[in-house]
Amino acid sequence: MDVQGWSILLIALSFALYIGVAIASRAGSTKEFYIAGGGVHPVVNGMATAADWMSAASFISMAGAISFMGYDGSVYLMGWTGGYVLLALLLAPYLRKFGKFTIPDFVGDRYESSAARIVAIICAIFVSFTYVSGQMQGVGIVLSRFLEVDTTTGVIIGMGIVFFYAVLGGMKGITYTQVAQYCVLIFAYMVPAIFLALHMVDTPIPQLGLGGTLENGTPLLANLNNLHQDLGFASYTSGSRATIDVFFITAALMMGTAGLPHVIVRFYTVPKVKDARRSVGWALVFIAILYTTAPAIAAFARTNLLQTVSGQAYDDMPEWFSKWETTGLLAHNDLNGDGLIQYTGPNSDVPNELTVHKDIMVLANPEIAGLPNWVIALVAAGGLAAALSTAAGLLLVVSSAVSHDLLKRCLKPDISERDELRAARISAGFAVCLAGWFGVHPPGFVAEVVAFAFGLAASSFFPVLVMGIFSKRMNRLGAISGMIAGISFTAGYILWFKFISPESSTPENWWFGISPEGIGTFGMLLNFLVAGAIHRFAPPPSNETQRMVEAIRAPGSATE
Amino acid sequence: MTSPPPSELQERSSKYWRRNIRLLLGLLVVWATVSFGCGILLHHFLDNYTLPGSEYPLGFWFAQQGSILVFIVIVFYYAHAMSKLDREFDLEEE
Repeated sequence: MDVQGWSILLIALSFALYIGVAIASRAGSTKEFYIAGGGVHPVVNGMATAADWMSAASFISMAGAISFMGYDGSVYLMGWTGGYVLLALLLAPYLRKFGKFTIPDFVGDRYESSAARIVAIICAIFVSFTYVSGQMQGVGIVLSRFLEVDTTTGVIIGMGIVFFYAVLGGMKGITYTQVAQYCVLIFAYMVPAIFLALHMVDTPIPQLGLGGTLENGTPLLANLNNLHQDLGFASYTSGSRATIDVFFITAALMMGTAGLPHVIVRFYTVPKVKDARRSVGWALVFIAILYTTAPAIAAFARTNLLQTVSGQAYDDMPEWFSKWETTGLLAHNDLNGDGLIQYTGPNSDVPNELTVHKDIMVLANPEIAGLPNWVIALVAAGGLAAALSTAAGLLLVVSSAVSHDLLKRCLKPDISERDELRAARISAGFAVCLAGWFGVHPPGFVAEVVAFAFGLAASSFFPVLVMGIFSKRMNRLGAISGMIAGISFTAGYILWFKFISPESSTPENWWFGISPEGIGTFGMLLNFLVAGAIHRFAPPPSNETQRMVEAIRAPGSATE
Repeated sequence: MTSPPPSELQERSSKYWRRNIRLLLGLLVVWATVSFGCGILLHHFLDNYTLPGSEYPLGFWFAQQGSILVFIVIVFYYAHAMSKLDREFDLEEE
């Protein structure tokens, strides 16, 4: 069977699986819709969190990005996993003990303020929509590439699936479909990786292959460094970004991860505080399986690309080369007209003739390595699983922010359970359609906006939540002024360098050499400092709130 | 069953909280050492060595795989130690 036949078969099978799971786990109450009834097993929740967290970007783009960035790509690996340590130690157990449905719930109750609640609602919706448009676009790209339908049709198919299980099942439906999606995506990621590892360094464990030795006896990484030097690229294992920038970006991604509402809310779904602590560990294990494989795939793919393409005759290129050329992700421009492909880096005298898009590295890797057709099709099903699971988690945050935080807690407190559930379904439906619209008409700045999502989460939610738990004295005035300072500084810096004056976005102009991707760390520090200084000008929170803080600090009831 | 007087309970909870803070600060030091320390600030220096028994430059290994493995250990250790602390202070969830 050809690649397209296999793709249709595997994608259809995986969709049938998700729909089956969704029908079996419909939500009957708001508690089931928002937090899956609160009885999810910690390992199951860990697996669902892993699928929730690993997006189209993790699955399709991350290994490719590392492949081109070498050491500099470590910011994603450490940043997107290190955040779980913060989550486990500083947030998850306490928010579980608090035991309501959403982040704005906590912010509003802890700081006794609807203004703080509304700021949290807006941040949650903004961060989630930013993220979800990228997912829908990913769905469209994968479906159009592998099923050869146009991108719009692809997005509509994806929307239909998400609509079905998010609107019907809420968090309960999402949780169990995410478990199925995790299994699909990790299988799809590991199979080509194992093939590649066997092929390149003769080991079946790709994670170990990164430190392996090639057939000719040279270590993989040493060989890659040599190739890079010969072709004029920066050393693969040293990287080229300034250390301070790597430091700040990693920190911003960590705090941002710990502050992303769709991840935090997953830890409301386990039965006990103890389970929340363990569940973060399981989530990290399931994430780490992919995250320790990604750098290996990156190094394999980089070696493969350089050895297959560089200095070879264009006419001798294998079939996949021309196929990916038609997608525009790969382009050769024979500048010197010698019919060979010169692929060179910034330190070389020979002009570079090849442009390669980072997403190819995972999507085309099985073809480049000559793997069987079903493996190639598997990658499509896996990419879809990653994108759909993340999209569903984000859409739920949007829908609960509207129906629960805005409608129930702010506008219409006496709304009945049935009406709230209906409102939750309607807003989830609207959110799916809007996300689909963004997927078809992507705002041309999706990549830029991701820096925004992490920067805002790091400079707003993370400090406000941590202070709310660890400081009894922190009050409304401190929290709101901290959030405003953190958000406006971070947003201002990113807006300036990404949108208003992108031509000036160079290390010489950045403050202390910190890129817009890393500025969220600065915003977070500013938030803490401002809140710490300003809160002294207002009285401490009410006794009732202070007792609430005491109560969330201990798993058992300490204040009876 | 009679519930203990509030002052005793309060003292017990605040002692529990101090122990928790000490534990998590210690673990955050480990967290920062493997990632920001070994993986970023000391990366070039550590790259002069390889991970024993393999061909990984050590700093690069910390940055791309090693720190992630340590993170997992930190989270499970914390979960384990806190369960013990909950029991010790009789603050478990029923």
